[in-house]
Amino acid sequence: MRYIRPLSMEDAVGQLAGSSGTAAILAGGSDLLVRMKGGFIEPDLIVDIKAIDGLSEITETGDGFSIGAAVPCAVLGESAALKKAWPGVVEAAKLIGSKQVQGRCTITGNLCNASPAADSVPALVAAGARASIVGPAGRRTIPVQGVPTGPGKTSLAKGEIIEAILLDKRAPRSGDAYLRFIPRTEMDIAVVSAGVNLTLDEHGVVKSARVALGAVAATVLLVEEAAQVLIGSRLDEATLERLAKVCAGACRPIDDKRGTVEFRRKVAGVLAKRAATTAYARAGGK
Amino acid sequence: MNFDPRFSGRKFTSVGTRPIRPDGVDKVTGRARYGADFNMAGQLVGRILRSPHAHARIIKIDTSKAEKLAGVKAVITAADLPDLTNGDAAMYDVLDNCMARTKALYDGHAVAAVAAIDARTARQALKLIEVEYELLPHVTDVDEAAKHKAPLINDAIFTEGLEEKPVKPSNVTKRSQFGHGDVHQGFGQADFIVERSFKTEQTHQGYIEPHACVANFSSDGTADLWVCTQGHFVYRQHCAQLLGMEASKLRVTSSEIGGGFGGKTHVWAEPVALALSRKAGRPVKLVMTRDEVFRASGPTSATSIDVKIGARKDGTITAAEATLRYSCGPYAGSWAEIGAMTAFACYKLDNVKTVGYEVLVNRPKTAAYRAPSAPMAAFAVESAVDELAKMIGMDPVDFRIKNAAQEGTRSSYGPVYGPIGIGPTLEAVKSHPHMKAPLGENQGRGMACGFWFNFGGQTCTDLNIGMDGSVSLAVGTVDVGGSRASLSLVAAEELGIAYEHVKAVVADTSSLGYNDMTDGSRGTFSSSMATISAARNAIKILRERAAQMWDIAVDDVVWEMGHAVAKGEKHGNLGKLSLKEIAVESGKTGGPIAGHSELVADGAGVSFATHICDIEVDPETGATRVIRYTVVQDAGKAVHPTYVEGQYQGGAAQGIGWALNEEYIYGKDGRLQNPGFLDYRIPVCSDLPMIDTQILEIPNPNHPYGVRGVGETSIVPPLAAIANAVSNAAGVRMTHIPMSPPRILAAIEAEREWSK
Repeated sequence: MRYIRPLSMEDAVGQLAGSSGTAAILAGGSDLLVRMKGGFIEPDLIVDIKAIDGLSEITETGDGFSIGAAVPCAVLGESAALKKAWPGVVEAAKLIGSKQVQGRCTITGNLCNASPAADSVPALVAAGARASIVGPAGRRTIPVQGVPTGPGKTSLAKGEIIEAILLDKRAPRSGDAYLRFIPRTEMDIAVVSAGVNLTLDEHGVVKSARVALGAVAATVLLVEEAAQVLIGSRLDEATLERLAKVCAGACRPIDDKRGTVEFRRKVAGVLAKRAATTAYARAGGK
Repeated sequence: MNFDPRFSGRKFTSVGTRPIRPDGVDKVTGRARYGADFNMAGQLVGRILRSPHAHARIIKIDTSKAEKLAGVKAVITAADLPDLTNGDAAMYDVLDNCMARTKALYDGHAVAAVAAIDARTARQALKLIEVEYELLPHVTDVDEAAKHKAPLINDAIFTEGLEEKPVKPSNVTKRSQFGHGDVHQGFGQADFIVERSFKTEQTHQGYIEPHACVANFSSDGTADLWVCTQGHFVYRQHCAQLLGMEASKLRVTSSEIGGGFGGKTHVWAEPVALALSRKAGRPVKLVMTRDEVFRASGPTSATSIDVKIGARKDGTITAAEATLRYSCGPYAGSWAEIGAMTAFACYKLDNVKTVGYEVLVNRPKTAAYRAPSAPMAAFAVESAVDELAKMIGMDPVDFRIKNAAQEGTRSSYGPVYGPIGIGPTLEAVKSHPHMKAPLGENQGRGMACGFWFNFGGQTCTDLNIGMDGSVSLAVGTVDVGGSRASLSLVAAEELGIAYEHVKAVVADTSSLGYNDMTDGSRGTFSSSMATISAARNAIKILRERAAQMWDIAVDDVVWEMGHAVAKGEKHGNLGKLSLKEIAVESGKTGGPIAGHSELVADGAGVSFATHICDIEVDPETGATRVIRYTVVQDAGKAVHPTYVEGQYQGGAAQGIGWALNEEYIYGKDGRLQNPGFLDYRIPVCSDLPMIDTQILEIPNPNHPYGVRGVGETSIVPPLAAIANAVSNAAGVRMTHIPMSPPRILAAIEAEREWSK
């Protein structure tokens, strides 16, 4: 096993692209090291990206935020500007694992781990986040939902590394929220989750909406029909009930050790309702 | 030895205080040595190959490729652990469980093992071992396994305890029955009857420290074993027997223990590590991974229980009956029998009958888990008791008080009770402020009672007085819950010296006579009795030495408050001699001063507890939150109240996890789906409220200080107390443990459908 700690993106991409055998990218390591310790994988090459210039920073630009691939989730919570603009994304990142794990884990890692139950991904999808990818063929930017293609699988080509997650500048009267269901209070993995992102017009009517559900299909679902239910509403009781129904219907869950199909459908609706209500309040809706 | 164990009613100086535990600093600074912290020069890494199949015949094991791998020093199979059990069926089961002989009986069953120079080589070697299996049909559910058409796990087993000897083999290994009176007649006198069936899923003790040991077999046939265990003397007996050694040739040293709860009363990896070391000629360290701990150590039974209780309008129970089916894993056990004994132990009943069935399943061999078998029985019985009280229109506490067992009651399992604490715990609960705390929306309160026998057993202790007057106490019961502190308090009390001058250690198996394990809540009960006895023997010698120093008759010397005092008019001008003053002179008065004790501690007093719990249920998701929790339990005498409270809180915490989320989940393929702490959900800190405790002290007449065991009873009531609270909060009776959110939500939805 070879461990390297490149100082530039070019070097990292080159090493990954030129590697034979299995290679893994190490940022926080909260998934990778656990899997190695469990004996599930034994990569031939580990590329630690934490020393690469700029990857451990959150930058605010005129277009919004760029969150470096090696920024620990705990640091997201320390950025007042990010928290103000995207509270739903930050609260999702701050639900991963435990306090100790949050000091290491990253939202990029969470995305690339490609677990259907990843906590930060539904919030990122609802937020319309994009991934900036660097590879042997150069740089490309895609919506985050394009990264995971199934449990444990991503669309990243050999040698490609996500360098940052990009979030748009916030329109006025916007709010987002993320909720997950776990049987415990922490140190757990989502059985169902929901992220909702809303922008209101000056009358408090929902102008645009994105609703994402996690752990109810092989990848996070962006539920367009649920967004349509919300748009044009002030989140009255009937709208919320319709939202719950649409979300429950959009799920394609499985029965497994973490929950049943019925449970996931029902709770997906409940969480969507609750997250929408919070997002609406954060956007200034009354 | 003329030791009088009867309760003396003495006033205490040290006992009942709360000093810092002697093992505390090392534990909080990381200096304490647990099982995996022992290391030896030249030590190899042991790893075990485990069956991925729930039930399979082992056709062939080819270890040749693994043996050829560089760095591999030994590979063993069942052939390296030949059957030396000589017709001892229980030991044969232990042997077969350590290393499968003809069949793999559960997912995780050991089939081979390697010792190699490092972990990576050992892991690679396991992959090179080729095992040819013939898959057999399996069964993992306790009710399915009890059916006539279920796949047979062992065709040599015929149900014991039936009136007629069965002609066909069965997965039901034994039927046992307890009770008295005539339940049929009793139900005839009842105005109200509750009859329900309950299920509980299999849980694991969840100790934080995995099983770990280092075995070092010498070429002269002797061996050392350093191991994390609840009973090193028992491990020595078992390992020696399985390896064909004389017990005295195997020296076992117990490490600090990161939790056992009954799960470290059984050997799994230790005989394997010894066999590897014997074959490799080098020390072998074997540490189980968490995955292995879940798949292949000893969880508790899954159960299926039917309960029927009848009562008159005035609240008197007229009859009580229960049928209990407990899973044992693939080997015979007596788990349902214990459940059947404990089920109605809290109550005064004229007509009671319980029947237990032991059921084999393709799951790991059941081991003890804190008051083994009692929590599940209490869950079923106390749920039905609650429902019956409601039906009659009585307060659940008053209903239980009316029917509580008392001194002189013939227990449902046979013996007549001496002074007991069930009534007092109920009275304490009735007046506890918790019962008046306000409940919010979607919140419910539940309470329940629990019983545990407690055990005593064989105990051997040495007390040595140093020449500086300090005292070393060597005990043979492993300290799992603060017993070194408690036993030091007892030695200090008896000798009349300060706690700080006593240092207790757990001695190895070559330094002390045989001791039973730390189980059955016996550690402090039995070792304190032996410590008192050893101290009294030392005092006898101290008096002799004082008499010698004064040159007077020993009968004129008494021991008072840590001093020899000369009694009688002619000794009026002799001052007192302190323990230290006598010890300093010991070299000149006959040599070292020590007290020894060996005894069977009889008369462990039974223990009762009543718990109260408030739960909030989210009716839309089935999520639960424990709002308040209170434990009231009889300790006889709390030697170190802080550690008694710790036992009360620990039992409640484990019970909360068991009640709400913990369960073994098997797939259709018979494989365990959740062998890790992510999906086997023990509570984390933030899941638990502050757990309030109230210690009652109803002295045990059979112990000099009145001590009763306290470790286990605290896990008996929680399943029922929480089920009653959830049922009250959700408005629907919960009958399946754990009450995970999907189960609660399904029950709420079913109730809504039914109400429409």
